[in-house]
Formats: sequence, structure tokens, C-alpha cells
Amino acid sequence: MLNPDLHLNKKIFDKDVEQVPIRKGFGEGLLSAGEQNQRVVGLCADLTESTQMHFFAEKFPQRFIEMGVAEQNMASVASGLAAMGKIPFISSYAMFSPGRNWEQIRTTICYNNRPVKIAGSHAGVSVGPDGGTHQALEDLAIARVLPRMVVISPCDAIEARKATEASAVTNTPVYLRLAREKTPVMTTNETPFEIGKAQIFWQGNKPRVGIIATGALLYQALLAAKELEEKGIAVEVMNLSTIKPLDKKAIVALANRAKAIVTVEEHQVAGGMGSAVAECLAEHKPVPMRFVGVHDQFGQSGKPEELLKHYGMDKDAIIKAVKELV
Amino acid sequence: MELTDERIKELEEQANKIRVSIIESLIEAGSGHTAGPLDMADIFTVLFFHTLKHKPKKPDWPERDRLVLSNGHICPVLYSTMAHAGYFSIEELKTLRKFGSRLQGHPHRDYLPMLETSSGPLGSGLSQAVGMALADKIDHGLTSQRRIYALLSDGEMECGQTWEAAMLAGKEKLHNLVAVVDRNNIQIDGYTEEVMPLESLSDKWRAWNWHVIEIDGHNIEEIADTFAAAKSIFGKPTVIITHTIAGKGVPEFERDYRWHGKPPSKEEGALALKELRTLGGKIKSEHE
Repeated sequence: MLNPDLHLNKKIFDKDVEQVPIRKGFGEGLLSAGEQNQRVVGLCADLTESTQMHFFAEKFPQRFIEMGVAEQNMASVASGLAAMGKIPFISSYAMFSPGRNWEQIRTTICYNNRPVKIAGSHAGVSVGPDGGTHQALEDLAIARVLPRMVVISPCDAIEARKATEASAVTNTPVYLRLAREKTPVMTTNETPFEIGKAQIFWQGNKPRVGIIATGALLYQALLAAKELEEKGIAVEVMNLSTIKPLDKKAIVALANRAKAIVTVEEHQVAGGMGSAVAECLAEHKPVPMRFVGVHDQFGQSGKPEELLKHYGMDKDAIIKAVKELV
Repeated sequence: MELTDERIKELEEQANKIRVSIIESLIEAGSGHTAGPLDMADIFTVLFFHTLKHKPKKPDWPERDRLVLSNGHICPVLYSTMAHAGYFSIEELKTLRKFGSRLQGHPHRDYLPMLETSSGPLGSGLSQAVGMALADKIDHGLTSQRRIYALLSDGEMECGQTWEAAMLAGKEKLHNLVAVVDRNNIQIDGYTEEVMPLESLSDKWRAWNWHVIEIDGHNIEEIADTFAAAKSIFGKPTVIITHTIAGKGVPEFERDYRWHGKPPSKEEGALALKELRTLGGKIKSEHE
């Protein structure tokens, strides 16, 4: 059952559950962070509306810088702004930032210890028709490998808003992973959020498998949990929105309770959230695992749901992975 | 401070002391870059001893100008100049590139927090300086008095990011930004015009709406006057293309690209030091 302490959306399993793009939560969060702190500045590489930075740009034109299609420059300019006390948010598609400008992020932001916030939108295959060039499936890996970088992959628009606001008041570089499509809203304004804190969204009595999901696929994990419960298989579902720093305590506790773990992410299995969980459990609590995600392939054009099915990341794929461990 | 003939002579002698420190620290380190640090000694001297608004004993003074060294590999000249200017002891220069040293092989703020940036990978310094200039302009608009200096190599004019930054600075009309290009015509693999021709370099900058000045990078008076003149430019960033002689000060090293990325051996270093210490006859001052 849904964890009653987290004030989750009561209509979560209804057909007409509210659907909002995660990137919109970023746009709203940035606007609110900008209202609260004059030091917040926004930079975008020719995708202002697409990354939802236009809310901020329209309200604070003096604090918004249009960079043109120049993601490498954007990362380092943001470093310079941060050196002068600004709190820069940079936005583009994840494929280009932190994709194209990875070395600039490594050297001029992380190595240089400048608290720049990187919003990478259109992550995952759910970008859909644009095709594989625009579907970032490697961004979590290349972001989490960087010392000092905080990595957050919010599960819905509300969590994205809270993560954006929280990022503005942390003194470290942050990578915020955003998605393009409308996805179900699972949390509410009352749901607690803290960077670095994992939450159990679905509780099970004597769970046989723990499902750890990040991003919008958390919804597929919840659908799977509900169906599994109806079939008499109890599981727990964890929302692991902060991938770094990893909430090791919560992950080990879940592995202790469930004795088996399935990770779920819209990302390459190599190097992503599942890898981070495996690194933790291999050391502290080795248990059998299955990894739901993309297995060493590029994306392609299609409808989001077609692609999730094709690459094995939908509810049915999660149920299959759980059954392999039961 | 007024630029009298005595003052110019003093700065020339200071630049020579900095060249001596560069060679001494490179000999001690046993690795590092020689040509660039030597040829930028006059520029660094003028900046740190004449032009920059800064307080060596209070490096985090908020009102200071900012100096971004983009081509971090020439850090022996940055460290030596900072030491001579009073940021830290000249003795510490002997720790260059050693384990635990504040003077990392390429500058790193974690180890030496008084640096404005960590640098090494080429092509990103101008972007950072543009960010600093933008921040100052957001806060102070056209009345901004602060100057942001970006020191660049000519080799990094081959990096696309340099031109992304140049384009943005021109668009944003950053009058508070001064880029200095060390036009020493060499890079690791050879002479720039053979590796990847850069000319006409000044036309490239002009095309992005920069005010372009070309000077002799070893003429202390001209360097100081040019930095002063750059302060009067309105509505445009300024780039100073400083024509330098790679390895300047040690004739055996001059104009030879092979000195880009290696240090002198003990014997070569001893010869260089001898030449620099008797420089009285080498770099003639017109103001004697």
C-alpha cells in the first residue's frame, strides 16, 4: 500500500491522474528560487521555453542570459558567475549539458568548486519522436562520477520544483535530471523532500523484493507493486530521487528487509542509478539484483510508451524482473 | 603610480627577477613548461606591480580586479609573480609540482585558494572571465569600475569554446573585460601557423565586436599604457594581442617551440640563470 506518511497523491492510481511534465516543475522552482534570492541567475542555450526557463527569463530579464547554441561556453560562463557570488542555473537538453560540455563541467565547475546548477531536460527514451540523438541515457553516469556533484532525478513535477528550490540553497554543483513528456504526479505539496533522502512510497508486509526506482519510471514501479500485491507478492518501492549522495542507510535497510532488489531507471544500466545501488550493496549487503533500464543500446523514434515497452522499462518488465527474484 | 622612467626601469628589473624565479622553480621541479612563462613575464609584472587593483596580503578583498589564467600550463610565471608581489614566500616556489604543494602542476584552487580559477584544459578561461564580467555588469551596469583580465595563449585560439566566449562578450558589450593573447607563435607540436594557422587573428576578434590592440609584449611602457588605454573603451570588450618571443630572456630557448613543454636540465638552467642574472646587457632599457 501507499505510504500514508508521505501525503502522496490520492488519485495516483486513477485513470485521470494529473499529468505534468517534470521540466515544468523545474521552471516553477527556478522562478520561485529567483524570487527568494536575487543572486539566482539563469542561462540557457537556445532552449528557453523547451527547458521551461522562460518563466524565470520573463520575470527577471536582467538576470537571464541567452547563450545561443554554446553549451561548453555556458558551463564555464556559469562558473565565472558563481565565482562572483551568483547562483547560476544552466539549462539545455541533457544530451548537450552535461553531455557535450562534460569536461567544462568537470574542470570549471566541479574541480573549481563552483556551485553551478545544471538542469538537463529531455532525458530518457520518453523524449519519443525526436529519436536517439536527443534521448540522454548516459547523463546520470557521467554526472555521478564527478566529485562534488549532487545528482537528482525527480519523480514528478512537484518533486522537481522542490529539488530546484533546494538546489538553489546548497553550496555544491547539482545536476537535475528532467524529462520532456507529461508524467503522472505522484507527490503533493505536503510530501516531504530532502536532498539525499530516499523514501519508501509503497510498503509491503514481509516484502520479497525491494524495487528502487528513479525519475518518472517510479510510476511504472508503483503500478507493478499494486499488481504484484494483488497476485500475493509483497514488495516495497523506494523513490531514489537523489542518486548522489546516495542514501546508503535506507538502501541497506531495504535490502535487509526484502533480501532482493530490482532497480528501475530510464538510463543505461551501465553506470546509472542501479550501478550506484549495486556498488553500495556489494559492499554492505550483497543480495540478488535485477536491473531494469537500457542495456547497451541507443534510443530511437517512437511514442514514449512504445519505447518503454521495447527497451523493457515498463510495468510488465518490472514485474518480470521481480518474479525472477521471487 | 606614475609611469616614470625610474618606474619603468624598476619594472624591467622586477620582470627579470621573476624570470630567474621561473627557471629556479622549473629546475627544482624537473618538469613543466618553460617558453610561455618566460615570454609572459613582462605582462605579468606590469599587471601585478602596476595595473591590477589587488591586495596581496588580503587576496579575498571583494573590490579586487579579477585575473583568470586560462592556459594554466604557464603557471610558473603566475606563481613567481604572485610570490614576488607578496602573496606568499619566494621560497615556496621551490615546491612547484611536488606532492602536497600548494603550487600544483596546473593551478588548483583547492590547494591555493587565492587563485581566481583552477585551469589547465585549454579554451575555458575566457568563458569564466566572461561570466565574471557579466556578474559585475548585472550588479553595476555600465558604471562598473572593475576589470576582469583573461590571459590566454595563442594555441587556445584553436579551441571552439574560445570563440563561443568571444561571441557572447561581444554581444553583451562587456567593457569591463580585457583579454590578453600571448602571441608567441608556438605550441606543443610546432609553430602555430603550421599546426593550425590563426591569422588574421586580429580580424577574427574584430568580427566578434571586440576592440583590438596589438603590442610588443616585452615593452613595459607600451604594456602599461595599453592596459590604461583599455579602461577608456566603451561598449566593447578589449583584446590585447601581445607579440612575444617564446622563451624571452634566454637566447638559447628563444623562438624554439621545443621549449614549450619541457623544463631546462640542471646545466641548461644554470646557463639560463647566468644569462638572466647578467641581463644588464641583454634586455636593454631605453630609459637608462
